[in-house]
Amino acid sequence: MTEGRSLKINVPMLARVEGEGALDLEIDRGRLAAARLRIFEPPRFFEKLVEGRAAAEMPDLVARICGICPVAYQMSAVHALEAIGSVEPTGWVREMRRLLYCGEWIESHCLHIHLLAAPDFLGFPDAAKMARQYPEAVRRGLRLQHLGNEIIALLGGRSVHPVGTCIGGFHRAPPAAAVSALRGRLHDAVPLAEELVRWTASLALPHARQDFVSVALRHPSEYPLNEGRIVSSDGLDIAIGEYADHFAEQPVAWSTALYSLYHGRPYLVGPLARLNLNLDLLPPQVRRNLARTEVPMPSSNPYHSIVARAVEVHYALLEALRILDDYHLPESPRVATKTRAGVGYGCTEAPRGLLWQRWETDADGHVVGCRIVPPTSQNQARIEEDLRLSLEAAGLDSPAEALRSRAEAVIRNYDPCISCATHFLTLRIRRRGGPQRARPPEALSTAARSAEES
Amino acid sequence: MSLSSSPFARRPRLAVHKFTSCDGCQLTLLNLGEQLLDLAERVEFVHFAEFGVVDEDADADIALVEGSVSTPHEIERIKTVRAHAKYLVAIGACATGGGIQALRNRHQAPEWMHAVYLQAGHTDVLDRVSPLSAHVRVDLELEGCPISTHQLLAALHDLLAGVAPAPSRDKLCLECKRRGLVCVVVTQGLPCLGPVTVTGCGVLCPGQGRDCYGCSGPAESPNAAALAAKFSTLGLSRQQVEQRFRAIHSAAPEFAELGIADD
Repeated sequence: MTEGRSLKINVPMLARVEGEGALDLEIDRGRLAAARLRIFEPPRFFEKLVEGRAAAEMPDLVARICGICPVAYQMSAVHALEAIGSVEPTGWVREMRRLLYCGEWIESHCLHIHLLAAPDFLGFPDAAKMARQYPEAVRRGLRLQHLGNEIIALLGGRSVHPVGTCIGGFHRAPPAAAVSALRGRLHDAVPLAEELVRWTASLALPHARQDFVSVALRHPSEYPLNEGRIVSSDGLDIAIGEYADHFAEQPVAWSTALYSLYHGRPYLVGPLARLNLNLDLLPPQVRRNLARTEVPMPSSNPYHSIVARAVEVHYALLEALRILDDYHLPESPRVATKTRAGVGYGCTEAPRGLLWQRWETDADGHVVGCRIVPPTSQNQARIEEDLRLSLEAAGLDSPAEALRSRAEAVIRNYDPCISCATHFLTLRIRRRGGPQRARPPEALSTAARSAEES
Repeated sequence: MSLSSSPFARRPRLAVHKFTSCDGCQLTLLNLGEQLLDLAERVEFVHFAEFGVVDEDADADIALVEGSVSTPHEIERIKTVRAHAKYLVAIGACATGGGIQALRNRHQAPEWMHAVYLQAGHTDVLDRVSPLSAHVRVDLELEGCPISTHQLLAALHDLLAGVAPAPSRDKLCLECKRRGLVCVVVTQGLPCLGPVTVTGCGVLCPGQGRDCYGCSGPAESPNAAALAAKFSTLGLSRQQVEQRFRAIHSAAPEFAELGIADD
């Protein structure tokens, strides 16, 4: 009887995700007719709002795209805008940017692991209830999250929309006393991060084996944060400026976020994709700790993302310590900027994955246009593919409640940031001296894109 | 945050709602560290989707609302939130002033929307982005982009103790002087918005040796025209002065005397 059942499941507001999205499942006579992460947050038209403004304002303005990963937006933007003016930041700036990013990875990953994802695997509706039974694990996570925030605040005054970053470097170098105090707290936290990796590996994560393409940055000598080439598990290896030749965004009816596809297919970005492609670049200490778990890496089980996140927390903590151990006050925290007409690309590894940006400025340093592709819109097609595979594997005749909770866990596992995903509306409006005219969606996805990029 | 003298007969019910925003102000709660668990014991979160509790229509003693109103649906939603909340707190620049997305008020955003999504069922957007107070009575506004932990905890502490919070409407510039920071206008010639911006962030920007960009919004009775004139003497063009004031609080009526705020 259940063979041919029809069922609709709708979760109008998903809990424990960043931003607001919904889940729609539709089973039609025993077949999965639809499995959708429906994103309905209103777009903020960000790319349009910055047109005509000074490039120098962008680090402050792009931060507002996302409260959870403002550093990522700042980093991709400053690299793109510096590329336009051929500005080369000093080694000190490069290191401090890595440090700042480490703070954001620790903060964002710990928030996701403990407050958003872990309750799924331990059977709690929220972290507060989970904390009553697992107080040490939750408090350890919140302590680590707080340290991530402290790193960001060291360089930017506060952890949400930090104010320290500018084109060319930083407004101010942190004083040595503040660095020294934080370094001590980070040293003390290393065992906590090691335990965190083992704890995530001990969770009852579902078994799954899925065939997906991982995409991440890769740098010759370091685990990727701010620099590298875009590589994939099926052999892609391109400069960041070639991104648009291989990845395309398109609108879909059920989402205010655009969908990105790689050669027409879904793909994965984020901690698991990064780890799958950069395992050899982790320090021995991090690899040894991971090897003490039963979790194999690289992994084709998407549920291992939570372990990958923990491994990156461990890595980011050690990397932050490496940088702080060598800390010295620079002659100047920034290099002079140059304005020039041109196009620049920035691509960095946001906590949730690749964050690609293209900026164009005029000779006076005003923004002519920008295009921003956030990680969540890149993962959205993969999330829906995973929903389909996971629900079919679980059995579509399972109780509706079981299907619903499994589907929610699948979505959360990708740490989607819906606030980010909807804040872009890449309009291909061509100005020809007259009033603005928009093209219909068909043209947007093909002809207009090639026209714009040419 | 002791509730020993609490005016509440039972555990106070707290709702956290999100409208059009970046998520950063409710993150002030999720970034509280271990204090978050203490807070979760002392209040009952009746709606806080990101934290795992979803019940939009739950009655709340205090509703914290992040984000601005940018769709017809959000107008209905904020009215519902108001109807179910005894005390409504607007948290952050989007909720108190429209936020950075209010920059689109000078453009035709619904047309942009329509151009990209011709399919039915997509979110309609309003012509103008507005703060919560344009639609419902707001009992308290906490300024900032984002609000600070200190502001939030101070306000919650007051409310849970049965006291009306009274956040400072002082200018950032005064706090900067009290802290003995070097003035970036005088020493570096930077266009600092501290003289017209409300305090609350902890003078972060001058603390970093840079100019305040006004993310907390206008202070009480700001003399924006005088500051704009000062910026001109620093060498800023008319357009640069406009953009300086018109960033995260472009919809602020306090800047209307410059002739640059939205009509």
